[in-house]
Amino acid sequence: MALDKQAETAKRQFKVVGTRPNRPDGIDKVTGRARFGADAVAPGMLTGRVLRSPHAHARIVKIDASRAAALSGVKAVVTRADFPEPPAHVADVLDNCMAGAKALYDGHAVAAVAAVSPAVARRALKLIEVEYEVLAHVTDVDEAMQPGAPVLHEGRTDETVPEGFSGNVISRCEFGHGDIEAGLAKADRVVERSFRTAATHQGYIEPHACLAQMGPDGQADLWCCTQGHYMVRNTCAAILGMEVGQLRVTASEIGGGFGGKTTVFLEPVALMLSKKAGRPVKMVMSREEVLRASGPTASTSIDVRIGMTKDGRITAGDAVLRYQGGAYPGSPVGMGSMSAFAPYDLENVRTVGFDVVSNRPKQAAYRAPGAPMAAFAVESVIDELAKSLGLDPLDVRIRNAAVEGTKSSYGPTYPAIGAKATFEAAKAHPHWSAPLGENQGRGVACGFWFNFGGDTCVTLNVNLDGTVSVSEGNPDIGGSRASMSMMAAEELGIPYEQVRTIIADTGSLGQNEVTDGSRVTFAVGLATIEAARQAIRVMCARAAKIWGIDEDAVVWEDGAAKPAGPNAGQFPPMSLAEIAAVASNTGGPIAGHCEVNAEGAGVSFATHIVDTEVDPETGAVKILRYTVIQDAGKAVHPDYVEGQFQGGAVQGIGWALNEEYIYGEDGRLQNPGFLDYRVPVASDLPMIDTVILEIPNPGHPYGVRGVGETSIVPPLAAVANAVSAAAGVRLTDLPMSPPKVQAAIQAARG
Amino acid sequence: MSQIHVTTKINGDETEFLCEPEDTLLDVLRDRLGLTGAKEGCGTGDCGACSVTVDDRLVCSCLMLGAEAEGREIATIEGMADGEVLHPLQRKFIEHAALQCGICTPGILVAAKSLLENNPDPSEEEARYWLAGNLCRCTGYDKIIRAVMDAAAEMRGEIANDPDDSLRRAS
Amino acid sequence: MVEVAIWGSLRVATEGRATVEIEAGNLRELLDGLAEAYPDLRPQLRRGVTVAIDGRNFNDHWFEPIRPDSEVVLLPRIVGG
Ligand code: FES
Ligand code: FES
Repeated sequence: MALDKQAETAKRQFKVVGTRPNRPDGIDKVTGRARFGADAVAPGMLTGRVLRSPHAHARIVKIDASRAAALSGVKAVVTRADFPEPPAHVADVLDNCMAGAKALYDGHAVAAVAAVSPAVARRALKLIEVEYEVLAHVTDVDEAMQPGAPVLHEGRTDETVPEGFSGNVISRCEFGHGDIEAGLAKADRVVERSFRTAATHQGYIEPHACLAQMGPDGQADLWCCTQGHYMVRNTCAAILGMEVGQLRVTASEIGGGFGGKTTVFLEPVALMLSKKAGRPVKMVMSREEVLRASGPTASTSIDVRIGMTKDGRITAGDAVLRYQGGAYPGSPVGMGSMSAFAPYDLENVRTVGFDVVSNRPKQAAYRAPGAPMAAFAVESVIDELAKSLGLDPLDVRIRNAAVEGTKSSYGPTYPAIGAKATFEAAKAHPHWSAPLGENQGRGVACGFWFNFGGDTCVTLNVNLDGTVSVSEGNPDIGGSRASMSMMAAEELGIPYEQVRTIIADTGSLGQNEVTDGSRVTFAVGLATIEAARQAIRVMCARAAKIWGIDEDAVVWEDGAAKPAGPNAGQFPPMSLAEIAAVASNTGGPIAGHCEVNAEGAGVSFATHIVDTEVDPETGAVKILRYTVIQDAGKAVHPDYVEGQFQGGAVQGIGWALNEEYIYGEDGRLQNPGFLDYRVPVASDLPMIDTVILEIPNPGHPYGVRGVGETSIVPPLAAVANAVSAAAGVRLTDLPMSPPKVQAAIQAARG
Repeated sequence: MSQIHVTTKINGDETEFLCEPEDTLLDVLRDRLGLTGAKEGCGTGDCGACSVTVDDRLVCSCLMLGAEAEGREIATIEGMADGEVLHPLQRKFIEHAALQCGICTPGILVAAKSLLENNPDPSEEEARYWLAGNLCRCTGYDKIIRAVMDAAAEMRGEIANDPDDSLRRAS
Repeated sequence: MVEVAIWGSLRVATEGRATVEIEAGNLRELLDGLAEAYPDLRPQLRRGVTVAIDGRNFNDHWFEPIRPDSEVVLLPRIVGG
């Protein structure tokens, strides 16, 4: 069945899918008209501001806000005491938005005000008196695990954690099969290494922002930049004790998210301020607040052991992964552990992961959460083994590649996948054999990601003039409205320009999952195609009525209803526009809907090749050339697929070379700004070449796989392998900032 | 608490406003004049999302006080298109998919326009260094640079100067 | 009966067994059956799981059919960014 579908997909001749039309929101975005989170205003609007803990770990003894509340122009003050006792599933979320008994990290919100102007709000914050009892803190993952470390929460450790760890170790997971020691015994060479990666931030250019308005009748409206306004609605309603239907959330244009906007920070606070003040409240984070108090990713400490035979067969792979995910449970260590060895077909494999809390902001998802760090460690060791055995690193990967029918390292058996195809395409790419100069090195690495589906609703309305309006519920973060319009146009057989897709508010459609997990083109695309097919069925039925023939004697071809063969009767085709024009006469408006939980997305793989040059004196690294090879299943709009490949690669380059959360002895973040938290800029980079492979996903009518996340998985390792080759010494600690690279070179020279 | 009265020209229009002494030009544009095309990504001069030109010089409007606009000529993204005719850079950004989320786009367009006014025929490297003050987290800059180079070529009256790109787009 | 592979750290809840057999025709019956037969799995089932059925991942879809010869793997809940 899967095979049939695949064959159908491969044969299909697309007219719109696979082309590169202009996006519908393009003009708004190049003229400054597009409205992002901070661009909304409301009459009588107040400014909301948050007071944040200066301590990494402290008991909140007392908050006295009376002087702030008395300041002229202050309309509301909110602390945790204003919120009802939350249901369990949002208790940590609320505690992260507004601290309860303890402040758990530098920047943790402890109070908020709403005032008539930003200046008054700033003054009011200074008048809030918070009495803290400062506690010992811990921000390092390995230290946080030690018995005797300061413990953030008592009693959160679950039944999977063995004795001998601190209470900051929340859970332990283990995956794999076979016998590691027996496998290692068969190896000609075993390499064992420890790695560390720093926490990095998603670094979206748009800070979190929202505008909340709550009336005394309990009805509320919220405008915000988010990857999922349905998630915002459900979470805020639970936190505020509201009925979900009373809260309408509208998603603004979103200025980047990368996973960081899959939860709430300001929104419940703004709603509570608005409720108390009886006026709309707008809140916008500063960049410093974004870095101190919204989600970075986990920092990690990982040990890897891999055995290999002389001819490059991996005999066993073993890894222990420790991820601190900030002040609350839920680091992505499970996904890191599952993905670590996923590209390979291994007889003996084991990964053990520990979820650890520490006095840092709660991590939020960041593009393929958990996977890049694990790939960094595993792909580094595979590279080292290949080189030390005199083998081509790509040959080794081809030799060990997981294929259809391989039992994956995390359990399930793979259907058709593209791991080997990306290795082979990398080997054949001219980049792989191009010459290198002095102090230059080439690295290659592979990455894997799961991809998701989930709850999705789409409504497709056929307008009276034959144009089509598609409503979907997933914020468009990188051109997805264009992709939806393309898929609708493809299915309906009309030009792309006649379809316009909008993102509907939470009152207009049913539940939609967050824009994450690379799910949108897959799941919303699937729902859009299904909604179009439903509308086609309606249009065929209308044509049948007009012609006075049976419904199943009508087919839809090239944007028109036609009698199905000569026996159905001789009628000229009726186009979509012609059917739409008489919709009122034939039964009323024409629409198609799809409400579905689109599970069963296909996994995807990428291989990256990178050339670097290392300055042996300063340790500075320059990226010379970069090639991304990834399986997209089917690229709906190739420009935006390439854009996802390039953007993910460059975020990974930043993670590998520069980006890092630096904490001082005092547990405070030392670099909460773009000056010291340095993301890649245009002059750091070459063009990023892309190769799109299309190995259709049997679970999607057009074969689409998610593409948004996999591209950030290989670069940490690819760059590390390239830098190690150029520097002549293995780098195991990210970021590979100039001082670290220089020190490693010095140490190697002795 | 007394406000300052400022007379200036914005996108060619005489404009007057009142502002607090501490208001930045970005605050004034966004919150007092409703020109929200310039964005605040950092407020510290590190991201370029707030880029505007003041007397034809590229500046971060978050680093300049509103009061300093007195007597100057300011150009923002809102003034870049000529009515409904897009500037070639704007058009090329759409055609090359040089934006994903688009939050950096206004600042980058203003900066790129300023580049081409100073240097109509920049090398790729010159374009990269000129735009190094404008962060884009989504695109990896590849398509942005291609769009700028292509717009520059068109404005010089040449055809696309990126053979592999024009090939790719034709296919 | 469906054979369900259990990820390593959960085997404490299945008397050390790496696979268990459950009578189930769909995802819902599988999850109910697991909770019934192995009560120690309940905390994890509450925290959330993903079930890979013949190589495709499912989180919530109760009525996703499972054939007796389906390959079924229980995994911690997978989320994206
Ligand atoms: S907001 Fe002005 S440079 Fe970032
Ligand atoms: S397109 Fe999103 S930051 Fe540039």
